[in-house]
Amino acid sequence: MKRFSSSLISSLVLAATLVACGSNVKLQDVPVEDKSAGFSQADADAAAASRGVAPVQIGASDASLAGPANTTKIIYFDFDSYVVKPEFQSVIEAHAKYLNANKSRKMAIEGHTDERGGREYNLALGQRRAEAVRRALGLLGVTDAQVEAVSFGKEKPAVSGFDEASMAKNRRAEINYR
Amino acid sequence: MKSDGSPLALFKRRSALKIFAGTGLFANAASLALAQFRVEVSGVGMTQMPVAIAPFRGEAQSPQKIGSIVKADLERSGMFRGVDAAGLVADENTRPDLASWRQKGVDAMVTGSVSPLADGRFDVRLRLWDVVREQDLGGQSYTVSKADLRLSAHRVSDFVYEKLTGERGIFSTRIAYVTKSGQRYTLWVADSDGEGAQSALSSPEPIISPAWSPSGAQLAYVSFESRKPVIYSHDVASGKRRLLANFRGSNSAPAWSPDGSQLVATLSQAGGSQIYSISLNGGDPRRLTQSSSIDTEPTFSPDGRTIYFVSDRGGSPQIYRMGPTGGSAERVTFSGTYNISPALSPDGRWLAYVSRVGGGFKLHVMELSTGAVTAITDTSADESPSFAPNSRLIVYATQQQGREALMTTTLDGKIKARLSGADGDIREPDWGPFHR
Repeated sequence: MKRFSSSLISSLVLAATLVACGSNVKLQDVPVEDKSAGFSQADADAAAASRGVAPVQIGASDASLAGPANTTKIIYFDFDSYVVKPEFQSVIEAHAKYLNANKSRKMAIEGHTDERGGREYNLALGQRRAEAVRRALGLLGVTDAQVEAVSFGKEKPAVSGFDEASMAKNRRAEINYR
Repeated sequence: MKSDGSPLALFKRRSALKIFAGTGLFANAASLALAQFRVEVSGVGMTQMPVAIAPFRGEAQSPQKIGSIVKADLERSGMFRGVDAAGLVADENTRPDLASWRQKGVDAMVTGSVSPLADGRFDVRLRLWDVVREQDLGGQSYTVSKADLRLSAHRVSDFVYEKLTGERGIFSTRIAYVTKSGQRYTLWVADSDGEGAQSALSSPEPIISPAWSPSGAQLAYVSFESRKPVIYSHDVASGKRRLLANFRGSNSAPAWSPDGSQLVATLSQAGGSQIYSISLNGGDPRRLTQSSSIDTEPTFSPDGRTIYFVSDRGGSPQIYRMGPTGGSAERVTFSGTYNISPALSPDGRWLAYVSRVGGGFKLHVMELSTGAVTAITDTSADESPSFAPNSRLIVYATQQQGREALMTTTLDGKIKARLSGADGDIREPDWGPFHR
């Protein structure tokens, strides 16, 4: 009880002092001298100053440029596979022909996965798909000077939905002329 | 439990009396919807210390309900069970009727006040009471701007946590996470409870894999803004960004070395996905793995002597470890056919990771000294685990009732909390370090 009494008294003394001064400063504005165990003033300001966050905004990216006319730009893959299936060979040939005839054109092959699995591992799987397409183009004479294989992993699905038909549409490599 | 420090004797005393902390108060998935923010803590822990936190005098009129924030912090830690003290009128100078609170089974009590100052700032004060021994354990006062009122509540929680457990509290630390809302992606920096989020980066293209630097001043992350994945280092306070990796192909999975001097990351510049180290002073990246498989998700052990990573060199993704300059790798995970996203606890004792089990993706924790593994969640879309800097909690992303959510969990999985956060699909959390 002794501790309680001394802090009560000190509060009352302080209050009396302030009233006597006729001050407009609130009682709480004056640091209270506290005699009880380990009451300390913490300096929050220094820590607080380092917690600011400056916002950065990114604008929209450039639209894709045109490539060969009437040619699909999407190659689909089987689950857990990065093999370019024979049915897409004609697509590869069309783009290879275009790139070989237009040496100044550049394009990116963007590999994608369906939504199952981890983000970074799927980024690497998408990369495998993009590189498989790049290799197929390479066999037809297209060099790395014109083609970059990149991955979006599972970040940009073409369709939403967890049924097999939807997921099949997400396992793809997209060709994007830049 | 630690065995030193007299306040910890309170834990042992209470356990010895075999009081079941959770009966009736925290049935599974009990939802405590408070007016200002959503706190959902679930789980039963037998060694939670009952603590009464009185409403802080003045908090009803203040922008932040200090007592409520402190109560939620302490409960989320898994070490405390909040006891209702709603009717108690007290501040840091009031000595509560400790004997009567002791009768109610309370071990410790917090009283305090929050008062506006003439210059627009606030004065936040608290006192902590050892109810069992009827002693004053000390007090603290903070003078803060209105914008930092929430932070001061977290510092109150840290003070209480440290006095009662002998360990450093994590409530004043920050987490980063990403949301997707419509076609917009945002990287947020928030309090450890997910609240108070501020946008660090907003982009029309995905942002993934944020990683706090050891100093807590920067975030590395992967941005798709130039329509391929590249790695930036981003100074949070100033917004200044530095492009760290834009090599041929994809650049991803950044992780800092403990001394902050280098990043390890996954680059596809040589074809395939391989792990490289990138010095922050510039120069060519140095290749660390030499396989024809996928090697990714590198992360340093806290002593800097080991890099854990994911590799499918054995046919499917598993976690391996190697030295800090590469070399031969040793496999770490042996159960299941798909183990990814390794995260090391700062005390070096635990490895958290995600394992595919029966088609679902579930958070697991391995005790490194024994290799013992425990699955610690009931959900099956878990991602991106990250340890709190005191190694006592893990934050991760998951889905509950079809909605993406951030959760924290104790390492045994017993106490979980769903974090509130910015709107939109929420994912990719990373827990920041202690402030220096």
